[in-house]
Order: sequence, then structure tokens, then C-alpha cells
Amino acid sequence: MLSRRCLRLHGVRRLHASRALRQREPFDASKVERMAEEVDVCIVGAGPAGLSAAIRLKQLEQESGREIRVVVLEKASEVGAHIVSGAAIEPRALNELLPDWQSRPGHPLTQPATSSSMLFLTRTRAIPMPHPPQMGNKGNYVLSLSQFVSWLGGIAEEMGVEVYPGFAGASLLYNEQGDGVRGVVTNDVGLDRQMRMKDSFEPGMEFVAKVTLLAEGAHGSLTKTAVKNFNLRANADPQTYGFGVKEVWRIPEDKWVPGKVVHTLGYPVDYKTYAGSFLYHMADRLVHLGLVVGLDYANPYMSPYREFQKLKHHPYFADILSGGERIAYAARVLNEGGLQSIPKLHFPGGALLGCSAGFLNVPKIKGTHNAMKSGMVAAEAAFEAIKQESESPADMTAYEDNMKKSWVWDELREVRNIRPSFNTPLGIWGGMAYSGVDSMLLKGRVPWTFRNKISDAAHTKRASECKPIDYPPFQPPLSTDLLTSLALTGTNHAEDQPVHLRLPPGPEAHKAHVQKNVGEYGGLLGRACPAGVYEYVEEEGKPSEGSWEGKKLVINSQNCIHCKLCDVKVPTQDITWTVPEGGGGPKYSASASAFQRITA
Amino acid sequence: MRPTAIRQLKVLVAVKRTIDYAVKIRVNPSQTGVDTNVKHSMNPFDEIAVEEAVKLRERGVNVESIRVITLGQTKASEILRTALAMGADHATHVELPDGADMPEPLGVAKALAAYVKREPVDIVILGKQAIDDDAGQTGQMLAGLLGWSQGTFASKLDVDEASKTAVVVREIDGGGEEIRCKLPLVLTTDLRCNVTVPRYASLPNIMKARKKPIEKLTAQDLGVDLSPRLETIKVSEPPKRVGGGKVENVDQLVEKLKAAGVV
Repeated sequence: MLSRRCLRLHGVRRLHASRALRQREPFDASKVERMAEEVDVCIVGAGPAGLSAAIRLKQLEQESGREIRVVVLEKASEVGAHIVSGAAIEPRALNELLPDWQSRPGHPLTQPATSSSMLFLTRTRAIPMPHPPQMGNKGNYVLSLSQFVSWLGGIAEEMGVEVYPGFAGASLLYNEQGDGVRGVVTNDVGLDRQMRMKDSFEPGMEFVAKVTLLAEGAHGSLTKTAVKNFNLRANADPQTYGFGVKEVWRIPEDKWVPGKVVHTLGYPVDYKTYAGSFLYHMADRLVHLGLVVGLDYANPYMSPYREFQKLKHHPYFADILSGGERIAYAARVLNEGGLQSIPKLHFPGGALLGCSAGFLNVPKIKGTHNAMKSGMVAAEAAFEAIKQESESPADMTAYEDNMKKSWVWDELREVRNIRPSFNTPLGIWGGMAYSGVDSMLLKGRVPWTFRNKISDAAHTKRASECKPIDYPPFQPPLSTDLLTSLALTGTNHAEDQPVHLRLPPGPEAHKAHVQKNVGEYGGLLGRACPAGVYEYVEEEGKPSEGSWEGKKLVINSQNCIHCKLCDVKVPTQDITWTVPEGGGGPKYSASASAFQRITA
Repeated sequence: MRPTAIRQLKVLVAVKRTIDYAVKIRVNPSQTGVDTNVKHSMNPFDEIAVEEAVKLRERGVNVESIRVITLGQTKASEILRTALAMGADHATHVELPDGADMPEPLGVAKALAAYVKREPVDIVILGKQAIDDDAGQTGQMLAGLLGWSQGTFASKLDVDEASKTAVVVREIDGGGEEIRCKLPLVLTTDLRCNVTVPRYASLPNIMKARKKPIEKLTAQDLGVDLSPRLETIKVSEPPKRVGGGKVENVDQLVEKLKAAGVV
């Protein structure tokens, strides 16, 4: 289309920048003046946890008559655009938050789950196997989490919550003593790649809040700094993660079984790798399917993306998908650490909600209901803290205490040993054996708790100790190359902004990164990133600073889909994911028209 | 129709809510259109139009007010808020019933002409085309209906208030065409119009813009009939490109050409 080609001329417009490049001033964070807004509660992240907290706060406002100003910041360009899940939602928390949800117009819970089954895949066969009772889905709904969150966002706004999509929480505001959080600063915009101020420079705003709730989803960027600064992990295991790669397909009528929920184990990974797939049939002939791989995988040659593409050629999946049309692609890390990896949930002035804390129930592969409940409990504690009207940072201890007394904790306690049981030399066989016994008989009522001893990155073996994996070539339309899939995410970031994937400063750090990652780990990120952001390339001509033995790291940050895999899995643990300019990133909407959206 | 006293210019910018340019579009299952269940934003050329209006004021031209107007369903008010946050003063939403057909350029032009008769302005700025229909007609039709000068595909605008004229540089094949237009003027903006990219709507401005009222009108209020005159029969994707093949040498090429019956 002519217009889209015209838009790519945006690059040409660089030539017309009115301020000569050499006149741009470098950005100095200490000198910038920011506008400040005072609010009662600032929530970072408009996902299930954040929005449930916001809605609950407004309910408390209505019940008690005490006004409370609630602001929700969301880095996506619209609410729901950055969230990924299967999803098969347990409505338990929704029933508590909005008991009348069934009578609300436009709710997306229109497709109940009709059956649940589990299959063990060999290369050619799909063998039915019994599944733990937690993986049943009676009473649950299959839907697009993007649409669910978008619906919740509408409700929050109706109730008077100020939701600001396109604005990311970039850093925490600390009080003078440095021992408490007093709010959030949004991202600065209009910096160029060298961190100088362009004409369009606008400093981020300060939201000074009595309570700051971090609901950024798994491995949140502000959460990471809060955990570090307040040493929240002192008595908890490191968080461990899974990585989900998914697609949405529209399939022929005869293959479609609305409400059918299927999970698989086995192919395409070996018994030592923790991975499983999901396939959910939604409304409108749409299926959501994906592969979740434990990020504690050892072989640096593995590419979760290519494993997923391989999976689709298995006869079971190929049969369902052939004749269908691929509509969407997405990827995101998710928590697998369970109870053992939940850090201290609060710090002076704030708290961690939802997947930022890590409430996902791994055997169920469900975290939305727990996230929502945590949002509600946090809201109640925040409301009480605000009523105190104290000068010191808000004390959110009640949030943690109440979470420990809630059904979330009961659930997580029951299943706490299941995921770690896969981490023995027996791999998935040991895991399935133990899980079978634990989930059906013991239900976690044992005196022992398996721990997550080391981080996912530390599980990675050296490339020299592992066999390279020979992935089959792509066979469109069933499997495609990565960049073709990436186009479906709609991801985009404004040009000429600082690279948001940060290594430690200086060419020495770059060099050390390339040396270890290429020299010892086979260029892991180049294989694992689902968006083609990281490339370890041969340098042509004179070696630049930061290169090692003729190789350098190229970061194509505009491709990023905000999945956080790099921050979790890079063996050198020297990449920090920070927020890019707000509004950038993927535009997931999962055209699962479970309900008809009003569109222009 | 008498133009307003030029001492203070009144500017109207017309904007449209379209599918976001980064989204991969897809034909809907019934082949009647594209799947609209995706992210929408202000048409990029209209962003440039709003930016040009705000820049006009910043350049020192005596602009009394910048009004922004859109025709669209309920959600179209989102882009009006963005325009207000970018610096527009007043917003009008001509509301279309949800589920109505997308209005055609002639209908939009008629509605804008009717609006201009109610609220006289000196300059109407539009984007040169919308990225959903690529029609590129509304500005020209509007100028025709009003009997005004038109400067289309503009990459530069210079207003001389004293002589009530404007110099517009138009993008044409092979370069730029400079024309002098008498006000009142209809301008449609091309890509290079703003010297720098449209500004971000900063959060403080967005927060202020949320409090500004938006005037709501209907097609009946303006006395225009927006019923479509064109019927879309079918929308389909372009045929998939069949991959080419590589040949090793000239003999193979000749073989393939013969097999294709070309030689």
C-alpha cells in the first residue's frame, strides 16, 4: 500500500531534523525538572492484578465515602496490548471482585471450557494420559487475556480510575532517607540513541503516591529494582521461569471443538527438558496454542521458537491446523517458582502484585485468578494504610499477612513440590511420577519442600558440553521463519530512542559479554529471543570497540516484544530490560471475538 | 461566505481514527472488509496536520483558535483527546452510530463544509489521505464545495496575514510546486510538512485534555446525508507471491523458459 511505503520514508525525515545533531544536549537526569502529581495510589501495570486492585480501591471508596485518587500506568499503547496467556481462566477471583459480572455488557467470558485432556506426544503419536485433578477446567472459561484485561480496564475507567496507556513506570521515587518508596516516575521521551535531548524531549512525570503497587507481570523491571533495593528475596528462593511461545489460528469448522482444552507433554523436547504445550479452542473457530519451555533448560543451542514450530508439524497439531490461517504470534516469560520463590511482598510505601510477585499455579498453568486476588487484597491493605494518614511510608504488612491466609496460599502450598520434582536427573519421568502421587494423594501434605536452588541462567551448560540441535527447515504455512511471525505482533518502537536493553556501560562490558556468550554459550540469545533482537555478527573491516575476535553484538531493540527472556536467561546476567518510550512494543489484541467489540 | 477578519486566524483540523499503521491487517472471514478488532490510532497524516496547526501558532502567526473535528463512532473521541493534548483548543465529535459504515470522502467533505458554515474558519487542514482507504479526496472535495483555494500534498505552509494569502509548497513528482493561495484555504499535509516529527502528547497535557469538553454533533445536526454511495462487493488479500527459483547457468534458464512456453 502506497501509504505504508510512504511511512517508511520516516527514516528520510531524519535529514530534516531542525536542530543540528551536534547541538543536542546530553540528558542529565539530575538536572531535569519534572511535573509532579499527587495521587493516593499509583499502580504500575494495567493487567489483571493492577486493574483488580484499582477496581477494589474504587469499591472501597464507594462503600466508605472516602475519596481516593487511583492512577494506573501502562506501558502498552492500549490496555491489553502487552499481555499474553492461553487462557483458561478460573473465575474464582472475578466472582469475588465483580459478583454481577455475568450481567455486565461486553464481558468476554462467553466460552466455557467443555473438556480437559492431557496427551503424551511421541514423534508420531499422541497418547492420552491421566492428568492431575488441578488441570481439570470445570467452571473455567477459555478466552483471550488481552480482551479480558481490556474489558476490566473499561470497568476501572467507568469507576473513576485514571488509566494512562502509553506511559511506562520507568523508575521508583524514593523518599529522602532512601528507605521508602513515595511514587513512580514515568519514562522520559524524546531522547536520541546517544541519550541526548531532541526537540521533542519531554521529561517523565512524577506520580507522588502514598502507596505504589507494582503489577508489571512476570519479571517486572521496577519489581527487579525493588527486590534488589529492599532485599526482598532474603528468605526466598530465586524466581524460576517458563517461556511461552504462542500463536492464534482460525481453523476449519470440522476441526473446531469450542471449549476443548488440551495439554501435552513429551515431544518435541527430550525428557530432561521441562516443556509442555497447550491448545485451547475458543469462540469463532479460533484456537490458541503454544509451547511453554522451562527456562532452566541446559542446552544453549535450544530455540524455544523453533521447538514450537516443530511441534506444529506433529500429526496431532498438523491435523488441526491444516487449512487454517494463522492470526497472531506472541511470547512471554511466566513464573514457575511457586511458593518457594515468592519474595517478601511489600516494602515501605508499596507492594508487589500478581506475577510480579509470582503467584502462578504451575500445574494448573493459571495465574490470573491469583493475580486478581492479590490485587484485591493489596487494595484493601492500601486503603487501610492510607486512612492512617501517617507521615512515614505506607506499611503494607497487612497485605502479606492476608495473602498468607487466603486461598491463594492454600493453592500454592498444595502444589509447591510439583514443578521442582522435574529437576532431578530423572527429568520428566521423575516429575510425572512424583506429581502423580502428590497431586492425587498427598496434595502437598508432606513435611518437605523442594527448593529452587539456582537461577535459570545458572542452569545453562556450556555449548561445548552440549550437542547442537538440528532444527528442521520451516515449512509454510504451518511453520514460518521468525521475522514473518514477528510481523504479526505489530511490535514497533519509535526510532532514534535509547536502546532499552541495557548492558553495563563501556566497550569492555560489551566485549566481555560477547566473549562469554559467543565463546562459551554458542550465542544463546541469538537463538532464544523470540523477536530476533539479538544478533552476534561477524564484523567487517576494522574491529570496533566492544567486539571480541571479530564478533560483535547487535541489538535490534525495535523488534522487542517485551517478553523478558533476555533478562532472565542470558548466561552472563548482564542485560537489564528497561522500559522503552511508552506506547512501543507489541499490539496484541487476539482477535478472539468472544464478544463483539465496538469498533470504528 | 465572508471570511473572518484575518487579524486572528481560525484553524480547523479534520482527523480520522484508523487502524494503527504498525498493525498487520487481515481480511475478515466474510471478505467484506478488514478485521477491525485491532489497535487504532489517529491517521498518521492527520497527526502531521494537527502538528502543523500547532506549529503555525508557535511560528508566531496570530492563531485565535485551533479546532479539531472528527467523524466517527464512539471510540473516535480518543484521537480528539490526543489532538487536544498536542495543543488543539477545542474538539468536535460528529458521532456516527456504532456499526455504521465508514463514511465516504464526499460525505465527510459535505459534513465539514456544513460545519465550516456554522463555525467560520480561515484554514482547514487535513492529512493528504487516510491510511485505510488511501482515497486522498476529502480535502479536494471540501475545497470544491466551499469554493476555497486548495494547497494539497503540502510540505510547507507560510501564512501572510496582512495580504490574506498563504504560500504553499506542494509535493509533486520531481520536486516541489510553490503556489500562492488566497485565504480561506484548504490544506492537505504530506509527510515532510512538519520539519520535525509530530510532538508527543505529554502526560501532563493528556491529563489536562481529559478535562476539556468535546462538542458532540450528529449528521442530522449538520444537515448532511452520510449514506454510502459505493458498495464494497469484496475484499481479498493480494495473491500470495509464488517463490522464484534460482538457476545455475544459462542452459538451465533456457530450459525453464522453454518449459514455460515463452521461448
